Amino acid sequence: MEIQLKLNGRPVRDSIDADTLLIDFVRAHGCASVKRGCETSNCGLCTVLLDGKPVLSCSVLAARADGHEVQTLEGLQAEAEAFVGFIADQGAEQCGFCNPGYVMNTIALLRENPDPTDDEIRAYLAGNLCRCSGYEGQLRGIRAFLNTRNQAKEENDRG
Amino acid sequence: MLTIKRYVRAQSLDEAYTLCQKRANVVLGGMLWLKTQNRTVDTAIDLSDLGLDAIEETPDAFRIGAMVTLRQLEQHPGLDALTCGALAESVRPIVGVQFRNLATLGGSLYGRFGFSDLLTLFLVLDAAVELHHGGTVPLADYAARPYERDILTHVVVPKQPGRVAYRAQRNIATDIPVLTCAVAVRPDGVNCAIGARPMKAQLYPGDASLLAGGITPRSADAFGESIAAQVPFGSNLRAGADYRRAVCPVLVRRALLACKEEA
Repeated sequence: MEIQLKLNGRPVRDSIDADTLLIDFVRAHGCASVKRGCETSNCGLCTVLLDGKPVLSCSVLAARADGHEVQTLEGLQAEAEAFVGFIADQGAEQCGFCNPGYVMNTIALLRENPDPTDDEIRAYLAGNLCRCSGYEGQLRGIRAFLNTRNQAKEENDRG
Repeated sequence: MLTIKRYVRAQSLDEAYTLCQKRANVVLGGMLWLKTQNRTVDTAIDLSDLGLDAIEETPDAFRIGAMVTLRQLEQHPGLDALTCGALAESVRPIVGVQFRNLATLGGSLYGRFGFSDLLTLFLVLDAAVELHHGGTVPLADYAARPYERDILTHVVVPKQPGRVAYRAQRNIATDIPVLTCAVAVRPDGVNCAIGARPMKAQLYPGDASLLAGGITPRSADAFGESIAAQVPFGSNLRAGADYRRAVCPVLVRRALLACKEEA
């Protein structure tokens, strides 16, 4: 079957099997940041934004994305650059395999809730598993980013 | 591994209903449970184009489309107020936001999964399901029925006075629950449902006379014990029947006391 969707802002048309998963579709179209993890809808490694909402691309048929917009980390570099350095500064990237999913879901979090509490960060990122870090590093990194951004905003507002 | 031979985005409920009469065809919800199965599906029937992803509010009820996601339920202010936050409480531990953006209410209730948090909660809300051919059926009756080849289109939750609370026990956060408990305290009595027993959720009356003098820590404890005495428990890899039997009165008591605190 033929599908057409917008992938990172550009239209993509392709012929797929009925059971092609979105993760396989986007990886076949150059989006290698989308990682294959548990494949049982539990780990968050394969997170993409479908019409702006974070979803598990290992559990979505590519056919279901027909006519919709899909974004991966390849298309959101500038948005990610704002905070990924803070996560790296905490040593929380470690092996790096879970990072794209983490970054994608953090982008979704900050779009939905630009100034989350620590509990809100934990709750939103609960579906992203990491076997290296123990999660505290990611939390400290995001918190450091938010503190730095908020401080800069305050200084800016004061003129 | 899941194999799907054909994918159809149904353009009408009649089309979906006709297609789903064949045993090898499957109606897609969020596809999350289906994805973990080792099976071959002839035609996957997608309801995404049928406008079943909205929550309508009427003076008497909320009418929730089958394709409404768990995340939509979690964030809906009207349902949050009606359930005293219990709806968000029931879905928040389910895997993660990305999962809840896919999982649907229709899929959760049609599946009548033993571990279902939503089935447990919607039972005490006196919800009813609308079936394309079968009409409107109380959820408690629907949950007890065998699987049928009909399309669950909507779930209706009546607006009722009272307080609602939800409690669940999990071995670890975001895992499938070991036991679920929902309580609704209404002017005319108490509704209590226990799920993940590990069998699917059911309503249990308990001994309502124990609460005749009001909800206190002592009466809530006694009522919880009366519920646990009525509920059949089983064992699976997450917990044994004895453990569930011990946890049950604790969850009932906590839910009852939460209803009292909110009142």
